[in-house]
Amino acid sequence: MKYLDEFRDGQLARALAKAIAAEIEPGRHYRLMEFCGGHTHAIFRYGLQDLMPPNLRFVHGPGCPVCVLPMARIDQAMAMAQEHGVTLCTYGDLMRVPASGRKSLLKAKAEGADIRMVYSTQDALAVARKDPARQVIFFAIGFETTTPPTAVAVKTARAEGLTNLSFYCNHVLTPPALRTILASSGVGGVQIDGILGPSHVSTVIGSNAYGFVGPEFGKPVVIAGFEPLDVMQSTLMLVRQINAGQHRIENQYIRAVTPEGNRKAQALMAEVFAPREHFEWRGLGQLPASALRIADSYSDLDAERRFPVVPREGREVKGCECPSVLRGLLEPVDCKLFGTVCTPENPMGACMVSSEGACAAYWTYGRFRRDHARRDEVDA
Amino acid sequence: MSRTDPRPRGWTARLDLERGAVDMSHGSGGRAMAQLIAELFLHALDNPVLAQGNDQALVQPPPGRLVISTDGHVVSPLFFPGGDIGSLAVHGTINDVAMAGARPLYLAASFILEEGLPLRDLARIVQGMAEAARIAAVPIVTGDTKVVERGKGDGCFITTTGVGVVPDGIAISGEQAIPSDAILINGVIGDHGVAIMSQREGLGFETSIASDSAPLHGLVADMVAAVPDIHCLRDPTRGGLATTLNELANQSGVGMVLDEAAIPIRPEVKAACELLGLDPLYVANEGKLVAICPGDQAQALLEVMRTHPLGRDAAIIGRVVDDPHRFVQMDTAFGGSRIVDWLAGEQLPRIC
Repeated sequence: MKYLDEFRDGQLARALAKAIAAEIEPGRHYRLMEFCGGHTHAIFRYGLQDLMPPNLRFVHGPGCPVCVLPMARIDQAMAMAQEHGVTLCTYGDLMRVPASGRKSLLKAKAEGADIRMVYSTQDALAVARKDPARQVIFFAIGFETTTPPTAVAVKTARAEGLTNLSFYCNHVLTPPALRTILASSGVGGVQIDGILGPSHVSTVIGSNAYGFVGPEFGKPVVIAGFEPLDVMQSTLMLVRQINAGQHRIENQYIRAVTPEGNRKAQALMAEVFAPREHFEWRGLGQLPASALRIADSYSDLDAERRFPVVPREGREVKGCECPSVLRGLLEPVDCKLFGTVCTPENPMGACMVSSEGACAAYWTYGRFRRDHARRDEVDA
Repeated sequence: MSRTDPRPRGWTARLDLERGAVDMSHGSGGRAMAQLIAELFLHALDNPVLAQGNDQALVQPPPGRLVISTDGHVVSPLFFPGGDIGSLAVHGTINDVAMAGARPLYLAASFILEEGLPLRDLARIVQGMAEAARIAAVPIVTGDTKVVERGKGDGCFITTTGVGVVPDGIAISGEQAIPSDAILINGVIGDHGVAIMSQREGLGFETSIASDSAPLHGLVADMVAAVPDIHCLRDPTRGGLATTLNELANQSGVGMVLDEAAIPIRPEVKAACELLGLDPLYVANEGKLVAICPGDQAQALLEVMRTHPLGRDAAIIGRVVDDPHRFVQMDTAFGGSRIVDWLAGEQLPRIC
């Protein structure tokens, strides 16, 4: 495949691995947090950790939208679908995510709720157009990458006068989460020496959005693409900054990301959404101004206003360490449930469901490795 | 009423294959059902055993051990590039029988039709079956039709059962893979799944990919004739190559190591999977087989496979190893190694 195989070239990978090894200073730690689940997936799928020197470690971040969604939000969606008898359209990733009481949207569907898997906002629009007598809710979720398409769908629904479609908004924002993690780095949180910054998110918000990281926390950020060579090159860039004691924002993903980002998409988001005062993140807790709701001027399309339900309080499975995994404090294998009662077939937490979740990535690609054993040796 | 035309006279008009639709009377056992069977099924599937008009088929089996397999087909959509549910139902069961190294002899077919299915569609499906059975030279010798109310089926479900015989000296089974065996496949992976997905409501992307649905018994006959010592054969359908290899590894109590670069795959399929966030190793095939044979006979087997039209792109894709965990692993083209695990749930597209 043109434009993809070039970024998965094994020979180049070995050359990059050599370059990284040559720059690494023995006796120094390089703990690099990859923010996005897309990076986590690439690191495991291509075995990148194996190509790194022992004192360089990837710490997995919270950048998996379904993993950070608190159970209560899924409980609430289920209640909307069941109590109000509406059609709920959602992306496939969400279907198997555990809700309270060992429920999931997939199980609710089996019990008779009208829950449909869609591939895009356009599908949800099509479902609503096809059956004007039926109320349809689109379960909108994701970081800034998937937010502009939702904005377009909201505007389309308004323009077409689709009165039977509404939006359950769960869009979250990357910078507040990054700030929270960095603020706890070393003070009860995981020690982080550098950040592999979001790639697709940054195409929308631009690399300038991370301008606070250097001045406030003194850590370098490299915006990194999702292909394995992107991750490796970005790692090399981070290593060089760390060695030089720098904390700049660098952009490795120049083929897609600009400093300002996509202005048109940003304008759309600003028009259709407004920041929530607080939003709960699984693992990170209540974060101020970290998520979006439908703006007042579009409030008639807000599912939470159209179909009010009693607020839920999610009940996590006891012993599930997803919150610590999402903060980079624990590795999935450190969780007692990992691989015993929690597997992709029978997930206890969302991190075991999504292909971008750290637990699922460990289980799928890495459970035969002894990464944590090797890490212990280094730390000792 | 002649022996070859068992239709009771009594219906006034022929089935309206242009505008007609299946209704509840077509499954009631009455005249409407008799007419449907006579004008549609018997006409298309025409063979002497079926024409006997009994509720069962009476045949004389040749010598050898008997193989029986049954398979339900529920594919959606009913028609897709490269085939339809009818041809798929024929190929699927022929292949399941053939994977024992057997020569498939006869098929039985059971239809569950949903009220409202256009007769035009049903005729097309039955034609697809007839054509597939004729080309494969495996006749459909008995069958059954039921009709369920609208909303209780997805247009048409077909269950086919096949019987065949295994020649003496052939003992192919999933638990016989041993370390140092070679793993082969007869061609490119993922065509069927991608062809189906390109037609699914909500996805609908344009592609030149057609399903690989095909009967494999001819290829299998050539293979077992040349290398009678084949240990395992299996068709990687639902769940794709990865699932089949995990099944075989588990059954045989061995591990496997694949060479990613050796696995044949069309660039279009690879690109479609990339776009949809799917792993082609888990995408369904309907005209592929995995063969496991002693390593020293792999080259001979490969050559035989490549001389058959359905094995032109055959390749040796890996080897069987000793592994108490029974893991299937893969040396990636990137230079690393990873587990190729069982599929959990359905493969779902990624959202970010």
